[in-house]
Amino acid sequence: MAEPVPARALEPVRLYGRIARMWIRASLAYPVSFWTMTIGAFFTTALDFVGVWILFGTIDGLGGFGLQEVALLYGASGIGIGVADLLIGSVEQVGQHVRTGSLDVMLVRPVPLLVQVCADRFQLRRLGRIAQASAVLAYGFGAVDWSPARLLVAIGMVLTASVVFFCLFVTFASVQFWTADSSEFANAFTYGGNVLTQYPLTVFPGELVKMLTFVLPVAFVNWYPCLYLLGRDDPFGLPAWLQVAGPLPALLLCGVAALVWRAGVRHYESTGS
Amino acid sequence: MSLWLAIARRAFRRYSTYRAATLSGIFTNCVFGVIYSYVYLAVWAAAPGAGGYSSQDAVTYVWLGQALIMTVALWGGGTTEELAERIRTGDVVIDLYRPVGLIGWYLAGDLGRAAYHLLTRGLVPLLVGALLFDISAPDGPVTAVAVLLSVALAVVVSFTMRFLVAALAFWLLDATGPRLLAVVLATFLSGMAVPLVIFPDGLREVALVLPWASFLQTPADIWLGERTGWSTLGGLGLQVFWAGALLALCAVVLTRATRKVVVQGG
Repeated sequence: MAEPVPARALEPVRLYGRIARMWIRASLAYPVSFWTMTIGAFFTTALDFVGVWILFGTIDGLGGFGLQEVALLYGASGIGIGVADLLIGSVEQVGQHVRTGSLDVMLVRPVPLLVQVCADRFQLRRLGRIAQASAVLAYGFGAVDWSPARLLVAIGMVLTASVVFFCLFVTFASVQFWTADSSEFANAFTYGGNVLTQYPLTVFPGELVKMLTFVLPVAFVNWYPCLYLLGRDDPFGLPAWLQVAGPLPALLLCGVAALVWRAGVRHYESTGS
Repeated sequence: MSLWLAIARRAFRRYSTYRAATLSGIFTNCVFGVIYSYVYLAVWAAAPGAGGYSSQDAVTYVWLGQALIMTVALWGGGTTEELAERIRTGDVVIDLYRPVGLIGWYLAGDLGRAAYHLLTRGLVPLLVGALLFDISAPDGPVTAVAVLLSVALAVVVSFTMRFLVAALAFWLLDATGPRLLAVVLATFLSGMAVPLVIFPDGLREVALVLPWASFLQTPADIWLGERTGWSTLGGLGLQVFWAGALLALCAVVLTRATRKVVVQGG
């Protein structure tokens, strides 16, 4: 009852850690599979950047950005989705829990539902993707003329990117409370958001970029902070303060994700059998 | 023959029950199609004629790619997924009892699945792509038939590769790792990540003769008219060769695996 507040707030994190540890031990039961998958995850994404590099074999710049500058965009977006996928990617499986009825089991356990769904089948091998994205980002950092302010924005960019993808995963996975077998719908926004932000937004029409700023704010994942890091004016003529405004939409998205998730759980009625 | 058709028909119907999954998948294919179309338009605006493609060819290629992802099960899935699971649980012995060859059984099912995915996840994104962008159509009925033939062969080649990966479960029990590696290779070497025609010299020639080129690059080049006449026949011939050679390899692997099952199951 008289538990101090910080301990209570950290309780879900501690529970999450315990479930995740259990899954790590489980995945190490098949060592060949575990290591091929971790290395596989690294190479999957590594080959993905090789694709970008091959594109640059035929062109000098894409939408006014060179290879190193694109690497900056690519790396930031990759770390963002990588961290979100590592920590809570399993939330994509919520439809499966609804279908098989395992969500009922989770609902009666004394652990928050979101923690259980996110930690379920925690896969350490997803670190492979973060490692690859970090390597690409490090290469991209070579294009930046560093200053303390820019360092701060770079750190903020990686955090914002992770939070934005975190929220996209939770928000669109919640749709599965209404239609259990539509998990692919979410991919359009999560992985779609990732692929889209790997390229300079100058290749897209201006209306689309405005939408990605004010409606579905994935442009804050990397585009605006990278404009700041590279000291560029906004190619679409949007105000410069957007370049450092990232944390604000990230916080707003957190609120949206929490609301949608709660609405989904309230809507949930067991399969009944 | 009627047996294979019956298996294929049932697989077709089984997949067609998941309507919401199909609709959300189509939506996702369209979103990716739009993203890659703008990227490729920017690339081909900067380098007109790269890889022998015009801007229109490049955008058409994007939508063909989206249309074929599910049809050729580029990222895995299909009946081979069920096979891997049945090997892990041991249910595969029931498949081996059947008075029908195991490979034929699963191949027929996979072709039925592919037909369903072609009609839904293939056709609809192509129509959406045609509405939103300027994409080209095959230049006549002969080309269209050649494309369909090439896609059917692509499914067979893709099936054999997925079958071989699934069969690894006989030895590893959990084949998820090798499956992931197979997806990486398929994504990159099929031309899904970037068209093989703009690969650097050397790498391009190698990639074009590997079995993965069957998945997307070969049917797309027939559609785009990059391959005509003898070149089309050559492309189809290479696909037939890979389909035959890999099916034979599947048979060999299955024979060895069957002995292994007897040893393990007693």
